[in-house]
Amino acid sequence: MTKLESSLLDLLKEDCRLPLEKLAVMTGASLEEVAETIDRLEKQRVILRYAPVINWDLTDRERVEAMIEVRVTPQRDMGFDAVAARIYRFDEVKSVYLMSGSYDLLVLVEARTLQELASFVSAKLSTLELVTGTATSFVLKRYKEEGVVFEGGESDNRLVISP
Amino acid sequence: MTYDRFLNPDIAAVPPSGIRRFFDLASTMKDTISLGVGEPDFKTPYPIRNAAINSLVDGETQYTPNRGILSLRREIALYLEGRYGIAYSPETEILVTVGASEAIDLALRAMVRPGDEVLVPEPSYVSYAPSVIFAGGTPIPVTTLQADDFRLKPEHLAAAVTERTKLLILPYPNNPTGGIMEKADLEAIAPVVAEHDLMVISDEIYSELVYDGKTHTSFASIPGMYPRTITINGFSKAFAMTGWRVGYACGAKDILDVMNKIHQYGIMCAPRMGQVAAEEALRRGRENGYEDVLTMRESYDRRRRLMVESFRSMGLDCFEPYGAFYVFPSIRATGLSSEEFCGRLLREKRVAAVPGNAFGACGEGNIRCCYATAVDKLTVALDRIADFVKQCGV
Repeated sequence: MTKLESSLLDLLKEDCRLPLEKLAVMTGASLEEVAETIDRLEKQRVILRYAPVINWDLTDRERVEAMIEVRVTPQRDMGFDAVAARIYRFDEVKSVYLMSGSYDLLVLVEARTLQELASFVSAKLSTLELVTGTATSFVLKRYKEEGVVFEGGESDNRLVISP
Repeated sequence: MTYDRFLNPDIAAVPPSGIRRFFDLASTMKDTISLGVGEPDFKTPYPIRNAAINSLVDGETQYTPNRGILSLRREIALYLEGRYGIAYSPETEILVTVGASEAIDLALRAMVRPGDEVLVPEPSYVSYAPSVIFAGGTPIPVTTLQADDFRLKPEHLAAAVTERTKLLILPYPNNPTGGIMEKADLEAIAPVVAEHDLMVISDEIYSELVYDGKTHTSFASIPGMYPRTITINGFSKAFAMTGWRVGYACGAKDILDVMNKIHQYGIMCAPRMGQVAAEEALRRGRENGYEDVLTMRESYDRRRRLMVESFRSMGLDCFEPYGAFYVFPSIRATGLSSEEFCGRLLREKRVAAVPGNAFGACGEGNIRCCYATAVDKLTVALDRIADFVKQCGV
């Protein structure tokens, strides 16, 4: 990764709405270089999406989240990838990770209600033939996501003017 | 009751800091974006804070040796040698102080006698001249010019020397200008320092904040200057540790012994928890290649570029600073004085900046803006300043 790529990723990670002109000034690169680099990072699928971090708890949308530990039987030649693909295709699934340790896949699931989520686990996930066991934990409260503290984060305590 | 008879008139006559007056005004205003701060917007990295927490949990709440915890002094010695190539003995040549400010005060009080002159390049940090006066000396400002990138030039230094000159304060990287002195610049003034038999108090508190491929050179590393230099540094700026109040002075044992005498009777020791955190900052840095410092520096550098470019596109003359975290644009084009500009900017646009004349008379015509603030806030502040500058007819 070049220094410019690294700087742009840092800046966009913090605020993906920064205009190209500002990104150019802040990285000391030309407008064209910045535009090309971002374009390339998108094409290479390094940058996948520009999305805000949302605190849904402050909205009136009903929503439950769970983390499901899944044990599976890996397939010959395919390893865990094929099973993971069977799982990540469900709309309810937000993230899937292959893990080291006492289970194989960690699946983050989102649904509108507890019932919806429960039926996803019992009807869709557990019934997959390669899934040998699941353990579901519900998210009770989100404190920090993507580096952002949701409430009561650290405020700026600095004096307005100091020498 | 009147206290005139009790007050020391020499001290009472020293005017309060120009910054203070402005602070009183600015802190009454709501929705102000402040570019007037003089400290990082980062919190102290959590592992450093955690080291202090653990030490408190373990009940480490006692005095430390006057000169500071020995293991901290050893880390300071390793840091200065590894980073800047200057070697000091942890036992006799390093003194841990309550911020770099105490170190400067001690150095002045240990060396200055009534009638002695101390050269203070300006614009510079507000407390040098008052500290010289408190020590009984006479501060002599030496003007540095934007045309010289606010560097101290040998001819200006030589012209300010008299028979009474004893000390030079060397404040680089500089607050408020962001100017730096590179190796060649320091080599150029070294012969003047030697010829006039001066001691140098080199305040290098911003040594880690130097940008665009430039590097910091310690004055003590210039041939012949080591015995003439008291090197002052600390943790506030590099490690975002302003509130911990830990700094240090390094130099010849004979001078450090006298400084320690004042420190031991007046202060006893820097707070233990601050020292523990400082030691962790250096040890961690040594082990991970100063990762925290590098991350913060990169972030400052991006904002530095944004500031310079924005002031220039407003039509103001803005010197490109390579050190610290300030820009020092000239606002002469607006026809306002520094104080008028900052006063109106605060009242009309709710942006606080510091008038340049707070840092010495020669700072008139400029303002100091700190860019240690989140990019989104900086952007709003710059837009407001641009509006104001346009109103002034630039």
